[in-house]
This record gives sequence, structure tokens and C-alpha cells, in this order.
Amino acid sequence: MARLAGRRALFAVPVLLVVTFGVFAIAAASPFDPVKAYAGTAALGADQQTLDRLRENLGVDQPFAARWWHWLTSALTGDLGHSSVMRQPVAQVIGERLVWSALLCAVAFAAAVLVGTLLGVLAARRPGSAVDRTVTSLAYTLEAAPVFWIALLAIWLFALQWDVLPAGGLTDTGSEQVTFGQVTSHLALPAGVLAVSQLPWFTLYVRQGVGDALAEDPVRGARARGLSERTVLLGHALRSGLLPVLTLIGSRVPELITGALLVESVFSWPGIAAATVEAATAVDFPLLAALTTLATAAVLAGNLLADLLYGLFDPRVKLSDM
Amino acid sequence: MTCDAPAPAAAPETTQWRSYGPKRRSTRALRVRTSAALVAATVLAVLLVPPLVQLDQQAVDLAAKLRPPSFQHPFGTDDVGRDLLLRCVYGLRVSLLVGVAAALTATVVGTAVGAAAGALGGWADRALMRVVDTFSSVPHLLLGIFIVAMFRPGVWPVVISVALTHWLSTARIVRAEVLSLRSRPYIDAAVSGGASRWRVAVRHLLPAVLPQAALAAVLMVPHAMWHESALSFLGLGLPTHTASLGTLIQTARGSLLAGQWWPTLFPGLFLIVPTLAIAGLAGAWRERIHPRHRSELML
Repeated sequence: MARLAGRRALFAVPVLLVVTFGVFAIAAASPFDPVKAYAGTAALGADQQTLDRLRENLGVDQPFAARWWHWLTSALTGDLGHSSVMRQPVAQVIGERLVWSALLCAVAFAAAVLVGTLLGVLAARRPGSAVDRTVTSLAYTLEAAPVFWIALLAIWLFALQWDVLPAGGLTDTGSEQVTFGQVTSHLALPAGVLAVSQLPWFTLYVRQGVGDALAEDPVRGARARGLSERTVLLGHALRSGLLPVLTLIGSRVPELITGALLVESVFSWPGIAAATVEAATAVDFPLLAALTTLATAAVLAGNLLADLLYGLFDPRVKLSDM
Repeated sequence: MTCDAPAPAAAPETTQWRSYGPKRRSTRALRVRTSAALVAATVLAVLLVPPLVQLDQQAVDLAAKLRPPSFQHPFGTDDVGRDLLLRCVYGLRVSLLVGVAAALTATVVGTAVGAAAGALGGWADRALMRVVDTFSSVPHLLLGIFIVAMFRPGVWPVVISVALTHWLSTARIVRAEVLSLRSRPYIDAAVSGGASRWRVAVRHLLPAVLPQAALAAVLMVPHAMWHESALSFLGLGLPTHTASLGTLIQTARGSLLAGQWWPTLFPGLFLIVPTLAIAGLAGAWRERIHPRHRSELML
């Protein structure tokens, strides 16, 4: 297992290098000018000499490969540059916000896995029944619905019509401290919406996995031996039916990040996904580059997790063979 | 996103997943017909309404702003009194156009890369697939956001960013298909008949993978539309005055917080219904090319 993890980590290094290089290459090919972004409106009245000096000071007169190398070497020492939109060092922005994004994603993901498993098993037990049809069509509709649209409708329903949950932010406006109760009530809506956006996939996969398992010989044998329905379902069908789902959990990281990007910006959640959108709107290159790299690293870590889970839960797979 | 289709008929006491009873056939026919009707309605509305209906989607009527749905305005009006039904149709037109353009570009790139990887094999195959792996390590929406942010929002950056993130699946599908075709006798026959690598690829391999690539392209359109609206919603897509489904939802945010739900609800429905309809049709089509596979709805 350690060998597999090590090999995957080794593959991750070139991928991350290529991605960061690509980020700098795209920036170099684009009309984006770091000097004008830095100087803002002051650049309009400035003479060429000042602009050139500024260009030299910022180090952007060098070719992009040299800038990439400089960024990379200082990133390894923890210096990711300065974010102009947050007016903070990039590392500090990430440090302050990462925990809130992680909290949101973890709660949403756990909720999606729990509810998805429940609904999927309910649907798989009686294929073609009213429950199955309701669950399946609901899942397809939710899968097709854009998550920001669901988020807005949720705000309208829960925050405006019923007035039971706050519409956004981390705490109430005017509140000085971040308390557990406040965070919980503010977390409920964004985490719920993010969970709903991840739910259809789990439900449909569990439904298929458990449904297939219920039609297999071990289940038929267990039923023939007169085992209780509970034992058949939990001990036989769920164990083999949930296997493919469990192992794919790690590979859902990209979708989770996509969902978080939209949900965090709708609910003004102070996480890194919302910061990404802000950085993009303000063309804050240092922050954007760091967050893109971070997201890529998260995806690679998720893939590794998927492989490891596969080996842990399926005794037929030998990790040394992978 | 794959899963099997709704409503397989089941005997009451056992779990029969692969039965093809008359009930299932009729629900499937109904699903295909509904999907076809909805896709046709969407295409017709998008093509015919703008030239035939002499109404201005940008016509501002401040006296009739934020009216709830009524007989005169079936979807209500927005915050400057524009008719939302008309705006939604125009928005769908723009979103569909962006989606089709992006899906076509992505399919061409994906087919070329996939076919090249599959036909050349060896180190070229490994290198190209590493590129695909690297691209798929960046979350698609994030890559889109990055490209659009660097190149300034507009139609072309959106199309390119969506195309750049969507060719990967097509490349994988086409490569797998080409690899499975390469061992067929008719390819061996062509090679031993002296056909060049290029001729084998263009005359024998490409025509055989086209149905798969076309299916992938059709399924990509809703995906690309979703992408465009997400970017536009974040303010990183099309300019706000161009009605697309994403910009419509974005501008509706203000009125939503004031309690008006209709400017938000209807553009979203305009995105969901064509998505489901296209997925339903594509599932039926796949069942025709691979009758032994169970129908899978892909979203």
C-alpha cells in the first residue's frame, strides 16, 4: 500500500509541474498585463518609463518560463505571492479560508453519502415500484438542475418565505465572534444544497450496485437458506453492492470542487472556492494560480484515496498488482 | 454520469433486472417520444421565434416591472419590465449556440486525439493519454474560470474554455473504440493489402468510430450549456445584456432577494428540460447501437 501511494505521489509531481507551467503559459498568451493590473487606473496617466520600471520591479519583463520557475521555487519555501484582491499574502488567504471550505465539503459529502445510500437502497429493493420511479426521476431531475439555481431557490424558500435559516455568510452581520451555533445555522443551507447536488450520483450508483447484487446468486442462496430480509440486505447485498460506490468516492473531488465554487459564491461562504471566483473576477493572478494548483493537488489526492479504498475494501484486489 | 434507465418491469416477488416485458417497452417508447417532442420544441422555438415573432426581447416597460406570471406575460416580467418568456427563449438560443459550438469543437479535438492515440499506439499513445490525464486533474469549471478570467469574458473565451475541458471523455471513448477495432480482420486485410497507416485510419477506423463520437457530441451539448450558464452566472461568461440562461439567473438574483421567484425559476427550467430530453434521446440511441447493453441515461 505504501508503495502504491508512493508511486501515485511520484506521478502527481510531474502533473502538478505541468499544470502550474500551463497556468503561466495561458497567462502569458492572454491579453492580461500584470503591470496594468498592479497599477490600476494610475497606469492610464503614467509615462512609458515609469511603466517599464514597474515592469522590471515586478519581474514581469522576463519570459514566462523564468517567472514560472521563480514562482515555483518561492512557492516551495511557502511564499506564494501577494493577493491584490484580498490585500493579504496568498498563503494567508488560503490558511484562513481552507478550513471553512473543508468543513462545508465534508458535511455536504457525508450528508450526500448517507442520504444517497438510503434512497438508493430503497429504490433498489423494489425495482419498477412507485418508490423506485420517484427516486430515479427525482435524481435525474436534480442531476440536470444547475446547482446555483437550486441554491437561489433554497434561499428564496428557507430564508425569505419561511425565514428559518440565514441566507448567507458565516455568522450574523454585526456578530463579533464565530460561535458554534451561528456557524451551524449558517452552514445548513450551503451544505444542504451542495449535498443535494452530489446526491443524484450516489443514489443512482447505489441503486444500480445494490440492485445488481440483489439479483445475484449469493443473495438468492441466502434467501433460500431462509435468512431474514435484514441479513440478506445488510450482510449480502449492501456489502457487494456498495463496493463500487465506495471506491469511486475519491474520484468525486472535481465535482465537489465545481459545486463548492458555485455554492460558496451564492452563499458568500468565506471559503477558498468563493475566493477563487473573486480572484478570477478581479484577475488576481497570484491567488488564482495558487488556488488552481491547490485544486489539482486535491483531485490527485482524491484519485489516490479512490485507489487505496479499492484495495482496502475489495479483498480480491491486490494493491501490488495495480 | 451513468446509470440504468428508470422503470424496468419486475415480477412482484423477485428482482428481475434484465426482463424486457411489454410494460417496459411501452414506458420506453413513451420516454423516447416525450424526449423527441421536447427536443423538437426546443429547436423550433430557438430557430423560429426570433425571426417570426415581431417582439423585442430588450423592450423595457418600467410600468410593468416584476409582474408575476399572468396571461399576458406567461413567465412574468423582470426588473425592468422585459417579458421573461421571450428573454428565456433568446437566452436558450444563445446558450444552445455556445453549447453546440463548444461540443463540436471538443468532439473534433477529442476524436482526433483519441484516434491518433489508438491508431499510432506505443509511446505516442502513452504521451497523448498522459496529456488527457493531466487535463482531467484540473476541475473543469476551475480551468474554465481561469481561462475566461485571463482572456476577459466574452463568447469566444467561453466556447474555447468549455471545449478545452470537454474533449477528454471523447478522446478516451474514441481511443478505446479504435483499440478494439484494430484487431478486427478487415483492418488486417487492409494492412496486408498495402494500405498506408493514414488510409487505414481515415477510411477504416474513423467511419467506424463516428457513431460513438456523435453520441458523445450530442450528450456534450447539455453539459456545455451547463458550463456556459455556470460561468455566466459567476459573472465570468457572457456580458449581462446578452440574454443567456446563466446571465438571466444572475440578473434575477437581485429580485429574488426581494421575494420575486419567477425571474430565477423559469431560466433554470429552460436548462433542465432540454438536458433531460437530450439524455433520454441519447439513451434510446445507444440502445439501438448496442442493443445488448442496458439503457443508460447519461447526464
